[in-house]
Amino acid sequence: MQWETVIGLEVHTQLTTQSKIFSGASIAFGAAPNTQACQVDLALPGVLPVLNKGAVERAIKFGLAIGARLNRTNVFARKNYFYPDLPKGYQISQFELPIVEGGSIDIQVGEGDKAETKTIRLTRAHLEEDAGKSLHEDFHGMTGIDLNRAGTPLLEIVSEPDMRSAKEAVAYAKALHTLVTWIGTCDGNMQEGSFRVDANVSVRPVGQKEFGTRREIKNLNSFRFLEQAINYEVRWQIEQIEDGHKIQQATVLFDPDTGETRMMRSKEDAHDYRYFPDPDLLPVKLDEAWIDQVRAGLPELPGAMRERFQRDYGLTAYDAASLTSQREMARFFMDTVALAGDGQAKTVANWLQGEVSASLNRAEKDVSAIPITPGQLAGLVKRIADGTLSNKLAKQVFEAMWNEGGEPDAIIEAKGLKQMSDSGEIERIIDEVMAANAKSVEEFRSGKEKAFNALVGQVMKASRGKANPAQVNDLLRAKLNGGA
Amino acid sequence: MSLSLQDVERIAQLARIRVTESEAAGYRDQLNGIFGLIAEMQAVDTAGVEPMSHAQDLAQRLRPDTVTEPDRRSAFQAVAPQVEDGLYLVPKVIE
Amino acid sequence: MNTIQSLSQLLAAGQASSVELCQDYLARIQTRNPELNAFITVDPERTLAEARAADARRAAGQAGMLTGVPIAHKDIFCAEGWLTTCGSKMLSNFVSPYDAHVIEQFKAAGMPCLGKTNMDEFAMGSSNETSFYGPVKNPWDTSRVPGGSSGGSAACVAGGLAPAATGTDTGGSIRQPAALTGITGLKPTYGVVSRYGMIAFASSLDQGGPMARTAEDCALLLNVMAGFDPRDSTSLERAKEDYTRELTPTPGARPLAGLKIGLPREFFAEGMSADTARAVEDAIAQLKGLGAETVEVGLPNSRLSVAAYYVLAPAEASSNLSRFDGVRYGYRTPEYEDLTDMYEKTRAEGFGAEVKRRIMIGTYVLSHGYYDAYYIQAQRLRRLIADDFTEAFKSCDVILGPTAPSTAFKLGEKADDPVQMYLSDIYTIAVNLAGLPGMSLPCGFDGQGLPIGMQLIGNYFSEAKMLGVAHQYQLATDWHQHRPALSEEKGVRS
Repeated sequence: MQWETVIGLEVHTQLTTQSKIFSGASIAFGAAPNTQACQVDLALPGVLPVLNKGAVERAIKFGLAIGARLNRTNVFARKNYFYPDLPKGYQISQFELPIVEGGSIDIQVGEGDKAETKTIRLTRAHLEEDAGKSLHEDFHGMTGIDLNRAGTPLLEIVSEPDMRSAKEAVAYAKALHTLVTWIGTCDGNMQEGSFRVDANVSVRPVGQKEFGTRREIKNLNSFRFLEQAINYEVRWQIEQIEDGHKIQQATVLFDPDTGETRMMRSKEDAHDYRYFPDPDLLPVKLDEAWIDQVRAGLPELPGAMRERFQRDYGLTAYDAASLTSQREMARFFMDTVALAGDGQAKTVANWLQGEVSASLNRAEKDVSAIPITPGQLAGLVKRIADGTLSNKLAKQVFEAMWNEGGEPDAIIEAKGLKQMSDSGEIERIIDEVMAANAKSVEEFRSGKEKAFNALVGQVMKASRGKANPAQVNDLLRAKLNGGA
Repeated sequence: MSLSLQDVERIAQLARIRVTESEAAGYRDQLNGIFGLIAEMQAVDTAGVEPMSHAQDLAQRLRPDTVTEPDRRSAFQAVAPQVEDGLYLVPKVIE
Repeated sequence: MNTIQSLSQLLAAGQASSVELCQDYLARIQTRNPELNAFITVDPERTLAEARAADARRAAGQAGMLTGVPIAHKDIFCAEGWLTTCGSKMLSNFVSPYDAHVIEQFKAAGMPCLGKTNMDEFAMGSSNETSFYGPVKNPWDTSRVPGGSSGGSAACVAGGLAPAATGTDTGGSIRQPAALTGITGLKPTYGVVSRYGMIAFASSLDQGGPMARTAEDCALLLNVMAGFDPRDSTSLERAKEDYTRELTPTPGARPLAGLKIGLPREFFAEGMSADTARAVEDAIAQLKGLGAETVEVGLPNSRLSVAAYYVLAPAEASSNLSRFDGVRYGYRTPEYEDLTDMYEKTRAEGFGAEVKRRIMIGTYVLSHGYYDAYYIQAQRLRRLIADDFTEAFKSCDVILGPTAPSTAFKLGEKADDPVQMYLSDIYTIAVNLAGLPGMSLPCGFDGQGLPIGMQLIGNYFSEAKMLGVAHQYQLATDWHQHRPALSEEKGVRS
């Protein structure tokens, strides 16, 4: 039988506020345990929540960025369950009336030229508080609870079950990651848990309309694990069904060491959270002026920018997508092109995706840590365009700029890397080389084209790489053909 | 309506309150008495009435996003049943 | 009679110091509290330190009107450094690391804390018999209950152990004990007093308020307690008002001329004891004599308020009390096998029977399949009940009725019958559901010499008007000046 995979993702994005969603405690990462858990976060008797404006604003921003409906009135509810990392015995979340409903995100599916755009619909995005952390190192057979993370603002983004493969799920997760970091609602740091993915996975025979029973894989904190976990889960579910078993709805964890998923603790009351509107919080009202203000502050979004790069600069879909995968990269590209001239867009794109990306990878650095400025890169590109630098020389200038700093022109001057374009000078070298390599000259003239390349190489060597290769070609061929 | 012993056990489990078998029957009877008091409201026709969650029809006030709370861990943990290295200790949590 | 107002005059005149006043009250507490059990915690050193600070403040010329006047606080208010138990074993070891907004306000006013008063466990009860610290006795007859849940506050004021106290009222917990002990107590409009640091029972109904001997004292105390608090999302952002502004004695014999008092026919239909009915009728006559008019009003849905309340309050409470899990503070069972065992034993042992009953009711009505039938239906009734009041206030300025169906009942009389107990709040609950201000003030005695209270209900934010009416009544009557035989005139037991 042929099987179809159906995937929906729930992504918890930690919002980039200073303070918690319902208290004035810091959300900075890495503090000593429980030093950022104030009386509200600890749920001391008598404390009350007050909603952080910054969290609501980021939710509005996200809703606008995905073209969603913003619920002008939205409501916080209590989700009741007992767990040691949940101090109140309930999580404040949004249930019936979330702040964001609908919207969509486009992803690219397929490779290279066959890539197509697919639209993934979003169900909703709601504000909620994070729980604390259970530390399972052994404390005399007990578990340690750190509540620093309790109350950290999250926007949980829920997609429709629109994805049909692990690759699509990863493409969606990456597109979402790009978007939330692009608009600045989330720092996207997956190691620190700022972007956590839960995948709802089911399979069904191709052609069947109804969804199969899904299992939810919790807390995937890398794109690689997401792909591995889904692929494992899909294989497991198909095997189960083919062996005559039924899939039971369940919550599972992915173990990166074994590459397998396993059932989580039996959550007996998982299906009776006793949601009800939190009486400590009033309905949240969004006024139009505020929404307009947030809209005005939105940057150009990656999708629009990708199209613009293709249209205005003639970049390929691949180049445009790659440059808009991170906002800093796109900004660096635009700033460089603005200085170098639109005609240089393709060259700038090549440099950013080539030398710049490779150097960043080698240094294990992020785009935000590029040690050169758009001005420097534009200067370099201009010197290539005007023939001052060959590609080879340009790479030397780039390396010097990257490692030691300095403007390209100053480096060219200081290191004497200027391309030799004075035809008199080049002719002099050609004459010398022809005189010293009479054998090669003979071979060429007797029809051996290969000898030409050897002579070019000799001329370049004699000029210490600085002769303009195109000029060398032209002048050498003219001299060889012209006899004498 | 009337609650069964199973209902009482299910509620007690949801509420994390240990109820012994001998207590369960007592709870069932008392809760049924209270539900008898509540029952009269079921007969009222409330079609079209907006549920009232709050005394005043107001909107949530929003707090500026600033850090205002200092670290008071030692004061807060002075009243904790069991702590070590700044962590609250609980019986082993199995995921 | 020692009122807040008279003590403030003594202090202002230099005839007494705060330390002297506090010592005096602490001595009375020491003598009488063993019998009344009105206090859970008394800490004379802490009280006297606060009194000395108040005296110093006065010496420095920085005293406010109430600086140095002592007050007792219901043990539901978190007070830094004070054991704050909420009447529960669950918090029997909880020394609060922070102050409630109400406590901050009293500290700012320079009013020393005489101690933390006994109460029904987590404010769930109408007799003060559910306290882990044992029942409070009614100073008028120590075989009787003082009402609840603010029974300790009521008993200490009635018994002269404190000139005034704070209380909280979710379904009548200030007004009903005030009625049963012959004092004056006020529950403000929901949102006027911050709930920050007031241990939650039912968040959408809870409201703190003053309990004292007179309406005038209640007004002075409300001036201290009320105020916007940004830490409570339901705290109302309103201009500070002076709740004493309508207390000025109006010249003439008819100070209440023009006042329309609404009498809800449902409150007078049945259920009230004969003595209570007579006392309330007499009070109406008295008020008419002062110039007020009466109009009949209807509160047709108020009969449903007990049912709606016993869905909504337990539902909120079941969730509010989930934080008591033995992890971060409070009681933890000494022996357990695993996490679930720890939770279940801690909560089974830490909570008393009434609290557990209400948690179970609340859990049930919120659980899958019952939410709409119970919780949503109760919220719809709440709307109908509130709308009744809106309609009634179109034809009157205040509403008057009994506070409780009967006077103080015997200890143990209703303890085993939750339903009978719940019905003692039948006249007070609707006010909480609507979020309106209400107060109780003494209006007579029954055949056994037990005090009877009448209830005034105001429209939203009409506390000052209501207090003005009560004040005129108290200028014309002396019911509020009667003291139980237990008090000092009869001699203190040595």
